[in-house]
Amino acid sequence: MNEPITSDAAPPRLELQGITKQFPGVLANDRVTFAVKPGEIHALLGENGAGKSTLVKMIYGIMAPDSGAMRFDGEVMENTSPRAARRRGIGMVFQHFSLFEALSVLENIALGLDEKLSHQRLEARIREVLDQYGLTLDPHRIVSTLSVGERQRIEIVRALLLNPRLLIMDEPTSVLTPQEVEALFEVLRQLAAEGCSILYISHKLDEIKALCQTATILRGGQVVGECDPRQETKRSMAEKMIGAGLRDVDKDRNRSFGEPRLVVKGLSTRAEDEFGVAITDIGFTVRAGEFFGVAGVAGNGQNALVEALSGEVAGTSAEAIMLNGEPIGLLSPSARRRAGLCTVPEERNGHAAISDFTLSDNTVLTARDRMHLAGGGLLRPAAARDYAARVIGEFSVKALGPGAVAGALSGGNLQKFIMGREILQRPDVLVVSQPTWGVDAGAAAAIHRALVELAAAGSAVVLISQDLDELLALSDTLAVINLGRLSDPRPVSEFSIEEIGLLMGGVHGDPEATREMTEVLHAHQA
Amino acid sequence: MSIELTIAIIITLVGASTPILFAALGELVVEKSGVLNLGVEGMMLTGAVVGFAVTFETGSPWLGVVAAAFAGAAASMIFAVVTLTLSANQVATGLALTIFGTGFSALFGKAYTGKPLALFRSVFPPELATHPYLKVIFGYSPLVYFSFIMVVAVWWLLRRTRPGLILRAVGENDLSAHSIGYPVIAVRYAAVAFGGAMAGIGGACFPLVLTPQWVEGLTAGRGWIALALVVFAAWRPYRLLAGAYLFGLVGTMELYAKAAGGPFRILPSELWASMPYLATILVLVLISIRRNSNTSAPACLGKPFVPTS
Repeated sequence: MNEPITSDAAPPRLELQGITKQFPGVLANDRVTFAVKPGEIHALLGENGAGKSTLVKMIYGIMAPDSGAMRFDGEVMENTSPRAARRRGIGMVFQHFSLFEALSVLENIALGLDEKLSHQRLEARIREVLDQYGLTLDPHRIVSTLSVGERQRIEIVRALLLNPRLLIMDEPTSVLTPQEVEALFEVLRQLAAEGCSILYISHKLDEIKALCQTATILRGGQVVGECDPRQETKRSMAEKMIGAGLRDVDKDRNRSFGEPRLVVKGLSTRAEDEFGVAITDIGFTVRAGEFFGVAGVAGNGQNALVEALSGEVAGTSAEAIMLNGEPIGLLSPSARRRAGLCTVPEERNGHAAISDFTLSDNTVLTARDRMHLAGGGLLRPAAARDYAARVIGEFSVKALGPGAVAGALSGGNLQKFIMGREILQRPDVLVVSQPTWGVDAGAAAAIHRALVELAAAGSAVVLISQDLDELLALSDTLAVINLGRLSDPRPVSEFSIEEIGLLMGGVHGDPEATREMTEVLHAHQA
Repeated sequence: MSIELTIAIIITLVGASTPILFAALGELVVEKSGVLNLGVEGMMLTGAVVGFAVTFETGSPWLGVVAAAFAGAAASMIFAVVTLTLSANQVATGLALTIFGTGFSALFGKAYTGKPLALFRSVFPPELATHPYLKVIFGYSPLVYFSFIMVVAVWWLLRRTRPGLILRAVGENDLSAHSIGYPVIAVRYAAVAFGGAMAGIGGACFPLVLTPQWVEGLTAGRGWIALALVVFAAWRPYRLLAGAYLFGLVGTMELYAKAAGGPFRILPSELWASMPYLATILVLVLISIRRNSNTSAPACLGKPFVPTS
């Protein structure tokens, strides 16, 4: 379909030769060599810590390689800065957004552009790009009021405004609905057809299969293979990436569930501020051993739901949340943990863990009561260290030990640690939000397995995610959250991807309307 | 209150407010770039003594002001090297700068104690500048008018220009600014130098505009009030202007209360003197109640920037 428009005479758009980068104690990139052709969509695959981020940072000029050569359109790139990279036509959408919270969308985009435009002209161009690619974003909103998904849109628009010749995309689709992903892919295919090369980093192998023509696989800083993702299976690519066989999530579809563990009824919260999303009249039941999935696009009340369940936002009615038959709707987060409800919020740094604290101190934060890590107003450092070491061991967290600072761990490893910290407490109900956001396939599989084991042992799991693959693989029952309202929960087998997508987009509950929308969609595609 | 008294109060008020306004404007720019320089008092004193000396030796208050600006900026560069290049703690370094400025000005100013200086007076014709009523508009030192220009200039710089946007971005998220490719440390050096120059001019106001002689420690804690004022104004130049005059008014009332005259007897002078601080605490409470992210401090304020990669 989108074969690169290239002749043998044309030099590669980007060519890396023997790129090596040494950090204290880690060889991040070891003689990395590969080339991206003009107009090619090229995947960079690898686990967290495989050296992908370091590599793209060097391409984008944030860091300089220790040795090796980079050529762009045949010209050697040296002593580059991000500015120089942009001048050459290299755009980048970061995994961790480089946004300024207190500034507006417009100001954020202006900062990423080197050409000086008046705000009026810039706004006009932004609206042009938004229209062209079917994205919605208000240029005058302050970033701190935006959801994760909207923030990512800023990054994408910022990169597209540069008319890039090489676009680096680091995990760009994690927060989009299937329709939005498809729309983004159309944008990328269109860009590629116009001759722009795309270096696409993702852990979603489906997407790489659907989108990319070539994949370079990194492991431990080295290139371990190159393949055509269209000729590979997801499994074969994942195995190349982690260098070992994958274990499937084996979950018995027909198992029966126990007593209701968590019953939520008429749960509502007020919006935090004028831009926040309130949740309204949420109700669902999760039984022992059951996975309850909540799908939805970022910023539709997921955070409010997590905070209401965890107890961070005070409830108004004790009976709105029943845990094992006991009303807990008015209890504090600590009291809810003691009662048996643990929570993993979406944000790893600063919410689930404190990055300046050691791992053992981080266990004390949420596990002190259930695991007896503190008592009588005093900490039990030895117990905390032991517990942290247990989490590190059982969840194969790559860390120097319980004394390592949380911020020193890669995203996937920290997430494994946080999940382990909660799962090993054996809560009756575990609420998790985005458990595998930005986590590589190996770590994601480990997290999924641990969740399945927890449920098999009789816990109820509430899984709030924007990753549909994850939801479909794990959930027994599924509901979709949109503008703070939850659709009627139904067994996951009764849903089609399209229907979930439509519910995420706000077509609620009414089967007739859903069918009509589906038909309209089909008519469009035909 | 008679018109004469009102005019006298306004003129005292403007005089008392101008140094605070200069120093606070400078500090606002510094803090917007993410740096907390607590050495304002020290830079003001350095500017004051150098401004006095140069004016005394050359007879030109204009040269004195320029020299004061350079002296303040030079003092601020000590702070900049230690905190920005060597990544030392900004609070401790700022306090040290104040101690340094206090000592330096006392030592250097010793030679000028008791020597008279001509005030930096209005440049308008005497018919306007000393007119019993019109002097309320035309009777001030050029520095007063300059301070108003600087309020507009700083607002315009921060809100309407690209360098201003970059400066705010650096103060908001230094790592992101760095990864986009802006020179975080250079921007902060420039901001700190500007803050030092403004504090120097603010300090020079004391011998050139207020009391035409050298007195040790003549700024009397105005640098601290300027720091409080930046918080009070929620990092906005126009609120800073209003705040400086409010704080100046309180300072004026303190003087009148001390002189045991006028309608300001109702409160003892010590209480008037503490008003700016009470007001700052009150404003901080109000800001946190309103929880408007727009009025909060720059996110990177006081944090050293160490690029990880």
